[in-house]
Amino acid sequence: MPFSEIYDVVVAGGGNAALCAAITAARAGRSVIVLEGAPAFYRGGNTRHTRNLRCAHDGTAPTMTGPYDGGEFLDDLCRVTGGETDKALAQLTIERSRELIPWMNKAGVKFQPPLGGTLSLGKTNAFFLGGGRGMLNALYRQAEALGVVCLSDAPVTALAIEDGFFTAATIQYQGAAQQVRGRTFVAAAGGFEANIEWLKQHWGEAADNFLIRGTPYNRGDVLKMLLAHGVKPVGDPTQMHCVGIDARAPRFDGGIATRLDSVVFGIMVNRAAQRFYDEGEETWPKRYAIWGRLIAQQPEQIGYSIVDSKSIHMFMPSIFPAVQASTIGELAGKLKLDTAALEKTVADFNAAVRPGTFDHTVLDDCRTEGLAIPKSHWARRIDAPPYYAYPLRPGITFTYLGVRVNEESRMVLNNGKTSGNMFAAGEIMAGNVLGKGYLAGIGMTIGAVFGRIAGEGAAKNARN
Amino acid sequence: MPATDLPRSAALVEADRLMTICNACRYCEGLCAVFPAMEMRRTFANSDLNYLANLCHQCGACYSDCQYSPPHEFNVNVPAALATLRNDSYAQYAWPRAFAPAFARNGLFIALAAAACVAAFIVGFVAWRDPAVLFARHAGDFYKMMPHNAMVALFGAVFLYAIAAMALSLRAYWRDINGESDLRAVGEATGNAAHLTYLGGGGGGCTSENEKPSAQRRVFHHFTFYGFLLCFASTSVATIYHYAFGWHAPYALTSLPVLLGIAGGLGLLVGPAGLFMLARKRDAVLTDVPRRGMDTAFLAMLFLTSLTGFALMAFRDSGAMGILLAVHLGVVLALFLSLPYGKFVHGLYRYLALVKYAREKRTAAFVE
Repeated sequence: MPFSEIYDVVVAGGGNAALCAAITAARAGRSVIVLEGAPAFYRGGNTRHTRNLRCAHDGTAPTMTGPYDGGEFLDDLCRVTGGETDKALAQLTIERSRELIPWMNKAGVKFQPPLGGTLSLGKTNAFFLGGGRGMLNALYRQAEALGVVCLSDAPVTALAIEDGFFTAATIQYQGAAQQVRGRTFVAAAGGFEANIEWLKQHWGEAADNFLIRGTPYNRGDVLKMLLAHGVKPVGDPTQMHCVGIDARAPRFDGGIATRLDSVVFGIMVNRAAQRFYDEGEETWPKRYAIWGRLIAQQPEQIGYSIVDSKSIHMFMPSIFPAVQASTIGELAGKLKLDTAALEKTVADFNAAVRPGTFDHTVLDDCRTEGLAIPKSHWARRIDAPPYYAYPLRPGITFTYLGVRVNEESRMVLNNGKTSGNMFAAGEIMAGNVLGKGYLAGIGMTIGAVFGRIAGEGAAKNARN
Repeated sequence: MPATDLPRSAALVEADRLMTICNACRYCEGLCAVFPAMEMRRTFANSDLNYLANLCHQCGACYSDCQYSPPHEFNVNVPAALATLRNDSYAQYAWPRAFAPAFARNGLFIALAAAACVAAFIVGFVAWRDPAVLFARHAGDFYKMMPHNAMVALFGAVFLYAIAAMALSLRAYWRDINGESDLRAVGEATGNAAHLTYLGGGGGGCTSENEKPSAQRRVFHHFTFYGFLLCFASTSVATIYHYAFGWHAPYALTSLPVLLGIAGGLGLLVGPAGLFMLARKRDAVLTDVPRRGMDTAFLAMLFLTSLTGFALMAFRDSGAMGILLAVHLGVVLALFLSLPYGKFVHGLYRYLALVKYAREKRTAAFVE
């Protein structure tokens, strides 16, 4: 049985950060066990839904256009976080992101150049061949080849920690509670985005209408235990990354395929058939990211993106077909919205549209005039039947609350000391670097960089 | 939104459902040609799906990489769905249509064809010649059993029929998928086919056994394919020897036709045996389970063609030659007869799909 041994490194979690830590420690000759809470198919938390990592590079990376220097990376990070980032850790992330492609290649991960729909990220992001699950499979093969014990369906239910010093984890495995003892601990078990009860503490009953983009296993149990054991928190506990996704998506694990890019091409209305925000405010990718929160604040947490036949083929194909009608009134009926209200909203919008030259790739001059809520770009009349609508709900990707770490990825305690043998990597500590906002691929960068740092630290610590 | 009003088979409906999901995800776009070709479309007509199905080399990489594969509720299994549709498409384009059902129970069809052909040769030898001739020693002279002209007439006719039937099937397919080609596309597709570029899972290899990709399937397919080509070359050289130079069989062991035949024959033993072993180990979830007999039957026919050929060569000076010749010719005749109605056609449809892809990736744009 794998439970008689005292492991040099016990890793809680089974995604990118966990595997990077496990592989690094195993290469240093340490005995490592990986405890993934989800069943094998769902292993890896949000990693299974990712597809790239962001890295600084000199332009010679074979699948990337470039270069992307560290200064530019840091500017991007500071811009999206509004400065809510630990500067030292941010610089560490960026500096060590340079090593990731060769390191991943050595671990068996392959990359590909981006094709349709993602070309704009070719300079900054390296794309995994086959996406996040393909990358994860490669990391697992590497870890297992190095002798790492990888358990799935093995959720951590308790941690034995004294004065910030880890001695054992209790897991539920094959129907029984088991003790996994270790000399060091790496927490890489993600956030609490799938924990509806926890989300309700901050969002109330509205959380019942949130869709979770990852698996139902991202419950934040390990995070909660660490905070209860006096580890210092980081990040806003009320905040989450939240995008507008197709309301017909499954409650959990709909991932990337449920994304909708239609919003900027038409208008967005709420349950009362009223517009509630400027659909032309910003450009991709931010426009994609703001709508989750906006919809979360609407009645019943639902919105309807309405476009006409001029626009229906201008955005990425959607997984679910649009609701289609030959008149706005008919569309309202199909969406169960107030017919007169929707007709008036569309008529008012159409009347306010000023002439301009439409170009959705730039902030063009197509805008409305005289509306309480303007549409400042890409405003075209909705007048070419058939009309189409997509229902949208908030899709929760990740939460920001995490544990505080230092440059060694070592956990910082509430009393200001650092833990004797506990490290954290990935989403569970991403809030140190990404306190707010989002930058495509940054989660995987933080996971891989701090996974490796945690693995190095744990490997060293385990033999001291 | 199917672009056609025709009723759709379950396989077409499923392929359409999956391509719609995949086109909203696109994580697999680096694995092979199927996904980039998909990204050039927003909706999928039947002909689009038949094209994509034949573009798929069934490496399985997209299944193990997919975050939506079973048990996920989206139940995305592209290799199996496209394998099923691909096998449907062979029947759909078969000429004449009356023979389309041969694809449904292909193992049985080919087994019966092989048995009937072998029996026909044995009966033929006995009926047209003295039964004693069948067991006599002929010092390797096959034509004592069957005159050269008779052999050429029979096999030539069957071979020409097979070519014509396949050409008509391919024409129907090419028209249906709106195939366009040019010299560059043909060159690129030929390179891709010769190299089996898209059986590589984008570089990771083919998923044969579990989630660990490997190059084994590609290697054994190369043995099979190039073995087949070498055997074809052997026959072609022998034909030239016969008609152009008047050098008649049997040829010496060191002659070009025999050397080519030996090399090709070894390929046809190693390749099909390897592919068969890998197919047995392969996760059935990746395949069109009810029609796996089609693969096995074709592998068996290639293997037997080679095995009986070697047996004939080894014992051509003995009294067993007559029976061995009947068995070998019977197997080869059955192979020729079944070419248009068995797994052999996969290479032809796939090649045309590769030509179309090579051209459209230069001329079409991704849908964004």
